[in-house]
Amino acid sequence: MIAAAIDVEREPEDVEHTSYLRAGYSLRSWFFTTDHKRIAILYLFSISFFFAIGGVAAALIRLDLLTPAPDLLSNEGYNRAFSLHGIIMVWFFLIPSIPNTFGNFLIPLMIGARDLAFPRLNLLSWYIYIFAGLLTLAVVLGGGVDTGWTFYTPLTTMYANGMVVMTVIAVFISGFSTILTGLNFIVTIHKLRAPGMTWGRLPLFVWSHYAVSLIFVLATPVLAVTLLLVAAERLFGIGVFDPSLGGDPLLFQHLFWFYSHPAVYIMVLPAMGVMSELITSAAHKQIFGYWFVAFASLAIAVIGFLVWGHHMFVSGQSIYASAVFSFLSLAVAVPSAIKVYNWTATLYKGDIDLSAPLLFAMGFIVLFVAGGLTGLMLAMLAIDVHVHDTYFVVAHFHYIMVGGTVTAFFGALHYWWPKITGRMYHEGLARIAAITILVGFNLTFFPQFVLGYRGMPRRYHVYPEEFQVLHVLSSAGAGLLAFGYLMPLFYLVWSLFRGSLAPANPWGATGLEWTTSSPPPKHNFTEQPVVERGPYHYPLKHPASRGHG
Amino acid sequence: MIGGLDLLPEQASRHAAKLDLLFGSFGALVALLTLPVFVLMVLFAIRYRTTHEVNREHAENHNLWIELSWSIIPFLLTVAFFVWATSLYFDLRTPPPGAYTINVVAKQWMWKFQHPDGTAEINELHVPANTPVRLVMTSRDVIHSLYFPALRIKQDVLPGRYTEQWFEADGPGTYPLRCAEFCGTDHSVMGGQLIVMNPGDYAQWLEDEGSFGTSATLTQQGERLFRDLGCSGCHGPASAVKAPDLAGVFGRPVGLSDGSVVLADEQYLHDSILLPNSQVVGGYPPIMPTYGNLIEPEQVNALVAYLKLLDQPEGIAE
Repeated sequence: MIAAAIDVEREPEDVEHTSYLRAGYSLRSWFFTTDHKRIAILYLFSISFFFAIGGVAAALIRLDLLTPAPDLLSNEGYNRAFSLHGIIMVWFFLIPSIPNTFGNFLIPLMIGARDLAFPRLNLLSWYIYIFAGLLTLAVVLGGGVDTGWTFYTPLTTMYANGMVVMTVIAVFISGFSTILTGLNFIVTIHKLRAPGMTWGRLPLFVWSHYAVSLIFVLATPVLAVTLLLVAAERLFGIGVFDPSLGGDPLLFQHLFWFYSHPAVYIMVLPAMGVMSELITSAAHKQIFGYWFVAFASLAIAVIGFLVWGHHMFVSGQSIYASAVFSFLSLAVAVPSAIKVYNWTATLYKGDIDLSAPLLFAMGFIVLFVAGGLTGLMLAMLAIDVHVHDTYFVVAHFHYIMVGGTVTAFFGALHYWWPKITGRMYHEGLARIAAITILVGFNLTFFPQFVLGYRGMPRRYHVYPEEFQVLHVLSSAGAGLLAFGYLMPLFYLVWSLFRGSLAPANPWGATGLEWTTSSPPPKHNFTEQPVVERGPYHYPLKHPASRGHG
Repeated sequence: MIGGLDLLPEQASRHAAKLDLLFGSFGALVALLTLPVFVLMVLFAIRYRTTHEVNREHAENHNLWIELSWSIIPFLLTVAFFVWATSLYFDLRTPPPGAYTINVVAKQWMWKFQHPDGTAEINELHVPANTPVRLVMTSRDVIHSLYFPALRIKQDVLPGRYTEQWFEADGPGTYPLRCAEFCGTDHSVMGGQLIVMNPGDYAQWLEDEGSFGTSATLTQQGERLFRDLGCSGCHGPASAVKAPDLAGVFGRPVGLSDGSVVLADEQYLHDSILLPNSQVVGGYPPIMPTYGNLIEPEQVNALVAYLKLLDQPEGIAE
């Protein structure tokens, strides 16, 4: 009895000080964990796995496009490859990428909480995601689909080949994972902030995850309904979208883009949150225009729901509707521009550490700005009529989703790696990787802008010979890009075994996640943190305070 | 324009030149808004690197006027381009009256074109130069998109409805046409050629083609169908069944039984044949059977062409 009482008293103390990585070694301690940090690690592994699968599909596509003729794949095989690439990358990599790994890991740490509001729901969300992902892989092994990730009707409902219904159901299921994660974040940010953590003291990473959670919860159900209608039409011939059954094919596009345009901001907003942290930390300086950056996230989330029609300028929708959507698409660019200008201004008179995370951040800004401004070009009605559904669009959205989101993902991985693992990686190699990725990316996708303006439609397996030079450049870039993406796999894994131990705050950054040990204890903080100032409270540095003083 | 690395496709119309000008000008604005960010970012990163001793005082953390100016000024500049691009788009969507109409029927995976004189061709489209040509398009299966890179235009082609686009090509030449909307297995080979001819050559070409195949014009084909399918039985002037007289119907407002009024355009005529009960003319019973399963899109095009010419009541008697 007494011994038991002593154990009970002792155990909390042990748990308080042991790192979350050492809190258990069994498979059970990982697969049934409710610790947000361990769930984040589960996500990190699983999304990396799906990123690799989507990458293999991309490699097949780029290899095949080296020549104008169909050599590696059949027409049907090519269509299945790009459908797989899109479906896996969008729903099983990009959408969960930053929120479910870094958001999961960092939101409780950043607001001074022990965990998310609903830890078991968080685990359930991972299981739903994995189940949906494995179902998609089963579809691939069973032959795949040739619908494209956009599932346009009546192609998808009446004419497409392959396991369409299974695919649609897998994406439908993955949506529940997204919704649950969004709910969890919203409740956590509202209810679990530490004493003194007012809304005005929230790190911008948390603000942007709050905005993205709103989209998770509001947009995903629309996709779910739409996909169910697709399945119903395909399975039971219920006429919703196919005109021969009395349906309307444009209705599908309206519903799909009502979800999928906000989904683009699902991918970008968390990346923007990462940027605000990386840049303030590297510049050791207060963010320029905190409230503008914070509210820009919310503005993007709101206006992002009103621009879906810019995907439909040549679909046959009303020209007046097109004009309104075009104007709103210009408006949604304003908050993004505000963020970029504020990040640049933050660097002014900073105390800048040119580390790998900053190189990734600067790469992000270059690629995101290029992607965003070509998006403005696409929002211009007459220009869109020419370049819609060409490689110009392909290049544009890869600049946003890959150049933007994936670069930010790698930036986040390098910035918080010491916190997550407790180890430092090789800084020089990381800088080389950041530069390789930037160069490889531009070589891959810049030629595609030219291809598109010259009239090369997207989703073309066979193409006119005049486009071959640009395609070869693009494929060569893809090889370099793949090398850049593989580099961290080696030096980061190496760091786990040979890297030096990371201090609690290797970057000299502010933010509650840096006040606890690296890696953090199971319950994040040994004492309840109390917040007394804003998130980026860096002391002003100038020559008087350095060396001379 | 070095072989294989041209930046622009050929320009085959005045619109193409206008669009390239818009694209280039907007590209210049984009560069103007972007380059300062790139240059300053790199400059700051070097000048204020942590090992460099330099004055860092008086760095402001917020400034309302700076925020407002870099939000509003670029926005206003893009709005100017919005006006330019939108007016160009409205021109693209407004064919001049009397434009020369060619029907397009898309199917997996070919393009079929029907000229007014009844000449039909597949994957090749012959058009007269310096003449506004209007394409009225529909699909037999999935959504396609008819794209002419040299004209800088495309428009999706939908099953069950008409969409249209128009252009005025400059001079004789041969240019590619492509399908731009993913439409299944052989999407990437669903292409062909746009052949622009001098109007005289075009007329000659139509005549030569006509001597091979059907000699009936599209209107004549429509007239025959109008009789063969039994349309004239109800819609004819001497008919016992009460059906709307179709003389001069095209381009007129039609009052429907639900009280609304629609313009009798090609879409309306198309829908009235395939889905007759969706828009019933006021004062008439909804008794017309649907022809959706009986006729092909090409035949609907012929019927519509015929109905458009039914200007005067004599048209039917003829």
